[in-house]
Amino acid sequence: MNWFETFRAGAEAVRAHRLRSVLTMLGIVIGISSVILTVGLGQGAQDQVRQQISALGSNLLIVSPGSSTDSSGLRGGFGSASTLTLQDATAIGDDSVVPDAARVAPTTSTSTALAAGETNWTSSVVGTTTSWLDVRARDLSAGRFFTEAEVEQAADVVVLGPDTASELFERGSPVGQTVTVDSTPMTVIGVLESSGASSSGTSEDDQAVVPISTAKRLTGTATSSVSTIYVEAASADALTAAYQEINALLLTLHGVGADEADFSISTQDSLVETANSTNETLTVLLGGIAAISLLVGGIGVMNIMLVSVTERVREIGLRKALGATPRVIRRQFLVEASLLGFTGGLVGVLVGVVGAQVLPGLIDQPVSISLVATLGAIGTALALGIGFGVYPASRAARLTPIDALRSE
Amino acid sequence: MSGIIELEGVRKTYRSGSIEFEALRGIDTTIAEGEYVAVIGPSGSGKSTLMNILGCLDTPSEGRYLLAGEDVSQMGEAQLAEVRNRRIGFVFQQFNLLAMLPAWRNVELPLVYAGVPRAERRERAVAALGRVGLADRIDNRPGELSGGQQQRVAVARALVTEPAMILADEPTGNLDSQSTTDVLALLDELHAAGRTIVLITHEHEVAARASRNLVIRDGAITSDEPVGALA
Ligand SMILES: Nc1ncnc2c1ncn2[C@@H]1O[C@H](COP(=O)(O)OP(=O)(O)O)[C@@H](O)[C@H]1O
Ligand SMILES: [Mg+2]
Repeated sequence: MNWFETFRAGAEAVRAHRLRSVLTMLGIVIGISSVILTVGLGQGAQDQVRQQISALGSNLLIVSPGSSTDSSGLRGGFGSASTLTLQDATAIGDDSVVPDAARVAPTTSTSTALAAGETNWTSSVVGTTTSWLDVRARDLSAGRFFTEAEVEQAADVVVLGPDTASELFERGSPVGQTVTVDSTPMTVIGVLESSGASSSGTSEDDQAVVPISTAKRLTGTATSSVSTIYVEAASADALTAAYQEINALLLTLHGVGADEADFSISTQDSLVETANSTNETLTVLLGGIAAISLLVGGIGVMNIMLVSVTERVREIGLRKALGATPRVIRRQFLVEASLLGFTGGLVGVLVGVVGAQVLPGLIDQPVSISLVATLGAIGTALALGIGFGVYPASRAARLTPIDALRSE
Repeated sequence: MSGIIELEGVRKTYRSGSIEFEALRGIDTTIAEGEYVAVIGPSGSGKSTLMNILGCLDTPSEGRYLLAGEDVSQMGEAQLAEVRNRRIGFVFQQFNLLAMLPAWRNVELPLVYAGVPRAERRERAVAALGRVGLADRIDNRPGELSGGQQQRVAVARALVTEPAMILADEPTGNLDSQSTTDVLALLDELHAAGRTIVLITHEHEVAARASRNLVIRDGAITSDEPVGALA
């Protein structure tokens, strides 16, 4: 009996007990689809983070201030100190000191109420220099960015993020209109293009960008401290070199040793890594639960195949009497079990893929399906079918024809 | 003289736990090719046990069984399966048809295990069903056929491989008199065509169709006569 015949006999047996086969496959379907969905959710979250971080700019180094310790000894965490200054930014911009840095954009940031006519909206007001647009890889959808001259004069001009613009101005172009920032009227000169970091709630599309000098004047801070210095490395290959040069420069400028650095430098890669490590833990956990349900599904297949062997003892006896060898019987049951596994896997993938289309609309989380995971899932289901089919199959094969025929 | 079947001192002991039961107590006989032998005896006398051994479904506990000159006790499971497939056609009291398959698919089963190609299998299965008068029922499942028709399907399945020997264990035990006549007529035909037939029964009218009657009682042959000698 060749494989094709064996396969046909297996398919017939699966079809003959339709309800039972469907119920058996259900375990596999649920297992496979939940594996695909949990892995897809984890993957989707990671993709989202990567997208958000890459939307920050390219070849970006982010220099943040170190932590401060207050009088009671409470340490504030990274970014709490104001150890970075405009002078630091200028020094980094010096090609002879940091040759691998292409552009530098120091920024300050405060949350401030903006008003336009009757409408008001609280947003973060970012003070920066002209290179910000390039360093952060942003574009304008209308108007222009501010100029060097405007930075020097601390001009009252503002560039709005797309979300900010639409919150303040329901209709018509904001360019040329006036926005009151902390009771200072400022002219809107441009609107940013959306950053493309797809998810809502990022501040990238909701901010008001002003010259750094203007920001200082608005907040009344006389110091030259800045909250973040964005540095664009000359190329991807220059990232490491730029990192080392900036690190050495700032240590020297601040007069501290490497182990007492009052700043931190992160790259996009390190940000992605940090964000993903939490995601990964969650994915592994959920994936583990899904894998257990898959295992339970596999045991379900074994259970049904054992029932099937017991129930079909007479049939097995007859087939043996008519000339089926133990090997043929074993194969028949293996094919049946793997058909259940494979079909269950296929349906599970289908359910998973449909779920991946439907789910993001319900829970506002992206789900990405990878081909590797999908093929792996089908392979796993097939392996489960075969694996859990071996024992029932060999039991069927061992039945002696006469015992099998005699049974009622 | 050598026959297709040679039994020498065949004993069969069943063990269930500590209890032993000797169902066959030394059977010696030879059946020649083309004979039509009826094995008769009361219920529990060991007829089915003997037929299972003849059909290579079971092996003797003691003694030798030569089928067409080959010692069956020396064969492995796969070899026995092949012997059953090639040389023997079975007809059982309970028909033993697969309920999920139509008549012709039941009949082709032995050919499937013999590795006959699909198209030829169907052709031969349909021809065999024609020989038992069921040409118009090839696509019916067993549930849609009468007992007599089901047993004729089983006979078709037994003869489809053109085996040298047909073993029938009380084939008419579950049939009405008309179906009994039909099935016995079929066995007569097969005998006329040169097949060796061993028929098990406890009915003397049925046994009377055979050319030789083996009477067993308590696992031993008590009489072995050509038909006509029995009163
Ligand atoms: N598997 C078995 N285990 C134990 N005893 C058995 C087994 N099969 C048959 N027997 C016993 O062997 C005897 C002969 O049985 P069997 O050959 O079926 O008789 P018959 O077919 O002539 O009615 C009976 O007493 C039966 O109970
Ligand atoms: Mg019997």
